[in-house]
Amino acid sequence: MRWVRGHLVGIAGLLVLCYLLIPNIVVIVFSFNKPLGNYNYQWERFSVDAWTNPCGTPGICDSLGLSLRIGFIATVVSTLLGTMVAFAVGRHRFRGRASTNLLIFLPMATPEVVMGSSLLTLFIAMGIAPGTITILIAHILFCLSFVVVTVKARIASLDPRLEQAAADLFANPFQTFVRVTLPLVAPGIAAGALLAFSLSFDDYIITNFNASPSSVTFPMFVWGAAQRGTPVQINVIGTVMFLAALVLVATGSLISNRRARAAA
Amino acid sequence: MSGQLADVAPTALRPRRAGLNYTPYLLLLPGLAWLVVFFVVPMLSLASQSLQTGTVDSGYVLTWHFQTYVDALSQFWPHFLRSIAFAGTATVLTLLLAYPLAYFMAHKSGRWKNILLVLVIAPFFTSFLIRTLAWQIILTDNGPVAGLARSTHLTNLLQWVQLTNNDSLMNSRFAVICGLTYNFLPFMILPLYANLERLDHSLVEAAGDLYATPIQTFWRVIWPLSLPGVVGGTLLTFIPAAGDFINSQLLGNTQTVMIGQVIDSQFLRIQDYATAASLSFVLMLIIVVIVAVYVRRAGTEELV
Repeated sequence: MRWVRGHLVGIAGLLVLCYLLIPNIVVIVFSFNKPLGNYNYQWERFSVDAWTNPCGTPGICDSLGLSLRIGFIATVVSTLLGTMVAFAVGRHRFRGRASTNLLIFLPMATPEVVMGSSLLTLFIAMGIAPGTITILIAHILFCLSFVVVTVKARIASLDPRLEQAAADLFANPFQTFVRVTLPLVAPGIAAGALLAFSLSFDDYIITNFNASPSSVTFPMFVWGAAQRGTPVQINVIGTVMFLAALVLVATGSLISNRRARAAA
Repeated sequence: MSGQLADVAPTALRPRRAGLNYTPYLLLLPGLAWLVVFFVVPMLSLASQSLQTGTVDSGYVLTWHFQTYVDALSQFWPHFLRSIAFAGTATVLTLLLAYPLAYFMAHKSGRWKNILLVLVIAPFFTSFLIRTLAWQIILTDNGPVAGLARSTHLTNLLQWVQLTNNDSLMNSRFAVICGLTYNFLPFMILPLYANLERLDHSLVEAAGDLYATPIQTFWRVIWPLSLPGVVGGTLLTFIPAAGDFINSQLLGNTQTVMIGQVIDSQFLRIQDYATAASLSFVLMLIIVVIVAVYVRRAGTEELV
């Protein structure tokens, strides 16, 4: 009893971690299920059918491919634009800096339905047909602010003396930027890009407002499936995504740990 | 001091410094242009759309028809209230759940810290929809969770407080709040963790040395210092939760319809663009007001 009281915070914390992880475990377990009907809600028996045939449901791999392509382009563009904005805001004093910061913050404080529907009204007013291009415009928009915030935090944490040292050693501004500043900011840019990709890949609400029947992304496919019947392949892809994320995040934390130890 | 250094700096550097002033604007140009064209202009277009009359087929004309707002609000105010109530409840629950985990990760986990951090972040990088669908499996009528809830009479309690309608857990207010709490939990844990990690643990020890009980230490030392993390986390949870309709659609019933669901169906199914745009604009206003009031109050509390 005394032990329980001493470790109350830890026990509560681990219970919360279970709450956080149980749905992922359910997704993994049910990827090996062989359901009787259209819905994969009830455990029937063990099977690897879905794993050996991940594209077995019509449309699933097309939607996955489209999501990966959109995610890739949205990540590249938003990371590039966002990093430039982050350098401007993090490194320079200029007129309109406060309103720039507000403009960067506002999209993050806007509910997704509002952002998606407002873009839809713009596209309607301009007579632009929804499709892959409109989805891309929307994704770059909502990824941008998150990239700016992530990269800006990294820039703010840099030691300005390192750049001064480079300048003292007769590096010109360009050399200083490429050899000193950029490698130091790189982890922030990588984190921003990773965040942008996962936001783009996972978005349903905003995408749904700006998509057409011929541009079905993976989340839209899952949503449609939830109304008609959920194929086991959804769980297979969900499992692969979870494992990929686990590996990526773990590698990232390993690298930053090693760097921190090397610096210490 | 720095002013003196600038005076000593070689004059040859000065012209380039003046030239550098254009750099921030050049760096900002593409990003800010994107934000203005695809965020600010759409907001104006949304406001304009809400005051237009017409139909999808015949086209819309701006008539400053404010009656749309009156009609839309008188019909859909329960959905607004419900969204704020659900999002508020979920935010309080995520705070209660996230605090012990974030504190444990920051101060008690030792060498497990990085593993825990990976386990908190990784689910956040996996599909939101697939994880929400998993709750349908977890809460299903003949599953172990529902069985346990029935045998412990938890279902009766939930029914009594009207979180469920019968002895099933799915398709109820309970399921929607459970899903919202789950989905936005990482948004609360991460800012809290970032804040609590910077908390100097010797302050907690000092409070103990001065005979503060653990509860006093928490309320007088830890909680006030963690307020910035609490404010950040509650905003990151409340705002998306208030506009969300994935949870209420997949886990709820006709009595749990949230405002996001109404906006979505008015726009895409019913195609009443004026009503949909007015609801969307009102939601944005409500969020801005709530956030402004909350941030101001949290700010003054911090000063006290």
